[in-house]
Amino acid sequence: MNWNRLCAMARKEMIQIRRDARSIGIVIAMPIVMLFAFGYGVSFDTKHIPVYVYDQEQSQASRDFLKRFESSRYFNVVRSVGNYPELVHAVDAGTCQIGLVIPPDFSARLGSGEQVRIQAIFDGTDSNSASLGMSYTEAVAQAHSQKLQLDWLRARGQGSVRAPLSVDSRTWFNENLESMVTIVPGVVAMVMAVVGTFLTSLTVAREWERGTMEQLISTPVTPLEIMLGKLLPYVAIGLIDTSVCAIMAVWWFEVPFRGHIWVFLLSTTLFLTVVLSLGYFFSVVAKTQLAASQISLIATFLPAFLLSGFVYPIDQMPAVVQGITHIVPARYYMAILRNVFLKGSSVFNMWQDFFGLALFAAILGLAATRIFRKKLT
Amino acid sequence: MSADDFTIELDGLTKSFPDVRAVDGLSFKVARGEIFGLVGPDGAGKTTTMRMLAGVLAPDAGSARVAGYDMTRDPEGAKQHISYMPQRFGLYEELTVDENIRFYADLFGVPRSERETRAAELLQAAGMAEFRSRLAGKLSGGMKQKLGLVCALIHTPEVILLDEPTNGVDPVSRRDFWRILYTLLDQGVTILTSTAYLDEAERCHRVALLHEGRMLFCDTPENLKGNLDGAVVSIVCAEPRPVKELISGMEGISTMMIVGDGLHLVVREPERLIPELRSRIAAAGLKVDSVEKVAPSIEDLFVEAVQKKKGEKP
Repeated sequence: MNWNRLCAMARKEMIQIRRDARSIGIVIAMPIVMLFAFGYGVSFDTKHIPVYVYDQEQSQASRDFLKRFESSRYFNVVRSVGNYPELVHAVDAGTCQIGLVIPPDFSARLGSGEQVRIQAIFDGTDSNSASLGMSYTEAVAQAHSQKLQLDWLRARGQGSVRAPLSVDSRTWFNENLESMVTIVPGVVAMVMAVVGTFLTSLTVAREWERGTMEQLISTPVTPLEIMLGKLLPYVAIGLIDTSVCAIMAVWWFEVPFRGHIWVFLLSTTLFLTVVLSLGYFFSVVAKTQLAASQISLIATFLPAFLLSGFVYPIDQMPAVVQGITHIVPARYYMAILRNVFLKGSSVFNMWQDFFGLALFAAILGLAATRIFRKKLT
Repeated sequence: MSADDFTIELDGLTKSFPDVRAVDGLSFKVARGEIFGLVGPDGAGKTTTMRMLAGVLAPDAGSARVAGYDMTRDPEGAKQHISYMPQRFGLYEELTVDENIRFYADLFGVPRSERETRAAELLQAAGMAEFRSRLAGKLSGGMKQKLGLVCALIHTPEVILLDEPTNGVDPVSRRDFWRILYTLLDQGVTILTSTAYLDEAERCHRVALLHEGRMLFCDTPENLKGNLDGAVVSIVCAEPRPVKELISGMEGISTMMIVGDGLHLVVREPERLIPELRSRIAAAGLKVDSVEKVAPSIEDLFVEAVQKKKGEKP
């Protein structure tokens, strides 16, 4: 390998990136736009679920019960309606996701010690929100019935009654259980998976399309020099892009960064080797910019989105799908980024993920050095 | 001449593509310091031959030696000594004239001082000295071709391969182009060029006429022209077919072919035949714009050569 030829390739590539408006857009705008789109667009928190109430009794007891819903941040009691059809209409129209019906004999039954049945209607079109709303509703009802029981016991002179079990919950690494804190480091991994592959998928195909490749391969430059000369500028750009995304995550989205910067940079360099080599591979094989960029989007975006643990936790996937996630490099990087941001894990803590990432970097990097042929077909 | 004096040698060079045999057993030799022309219509195999000699396309059979290197065994070794200018502009449009030159100089390992003196000389000769910081994409067609030549020559090659280098280039740029090439010939460089222009073929020491991947003829341009038995008469008309029917069988016409603006005939005695043609066409009431003797073109020579080949092996 000749150092001067490698530098010449890299310098030429940098000039091309700098003078091409589209490249500049991909390099600068795409990561930022994706970070904001996903950072704000993807949220798994269910808060302020709109609730309509049909309180048939309107007593002190029923109002006490409903107050619990009003004071919870998970619910937003929008309206109290006067009849059943109005409630049904609101659920149909989607103006509320939960309809609560309090029976007319609410306090009478409570007083006589009978079980009170409260009807709750859920809009199941979004099953995730519905099941979350259901468990929140049950939790609220549970808490209220526990309080009523204690009141009842106290009224009968058993002053120091205590619940037998109590859980002191403390969430580590994400104290307020905000989904944004886990999403944003994942978004950084997503963005680099897509942008990294996309960037290099254009480089070789562009040379074939514009006719510059024929002249290039008539010179003594070697395939390895072509590959490294094309990838090195993008490694630098990728490191800058990832760092900008990480800074935005900390500064704008207020995600804690508890790990070591070198763990972050090492994993990012490995991941960039994976995605840039993959893009280069597609570019050599496809020979047109359109085909190469489409292949790279399909091959990176969907797996990185669905199979990396970004949206769906991997340990809850069916066994076969879990197996498939092992060949999605974004999976390892996603896990490393989340751990390095939130837990401050070391390379040693995450050796399995690092091993997976390094293995892919080695395989794809080597494949990329072998794919290019200095011949026309 | 010893074997060393031939810098380009082809022996039975063959290349097929799925639908066509592009080059079919081509053999010729080009001596050091010679300028050799490949002539033929589109699809004759000129570009495929050039590509194999430049080491960017692998031949199916046969062998080629360029600058002492076997192009099937060691094409990469040969590349340091070859300059290849593809038919399609192969430079980077986002780079300036200087940046393109530097890129190719670096790929061939030309030291900086040598690059600077050589680039200055070549750009001066090309009449491009004041365009050094212009983007290649913003140059005119002729300028682009000249920049291609400058980049190709920056590393002092032994063999220069030019694929239709002056296609679509203005006359002034063409003149610059040829002046630069002639200077190089004096320094012992070998040039292989393909062309569709007869006046350019005439600048070559020898030319090879290609047809469907085979060589029909290989000689000096003078002998090539001498090979044309007679003179060419052009009949300019909108509808050549009825004219062709009318005059076919007239004595003294050896070949006829329909061209873009009418009909070309190869005839023995144009002075006698032209008035006769005019009167016969007028008598038949056919409309023609002119009937005149013209200088033979590549196509005329070509058709004549193909006809003769057919005559040789019926």
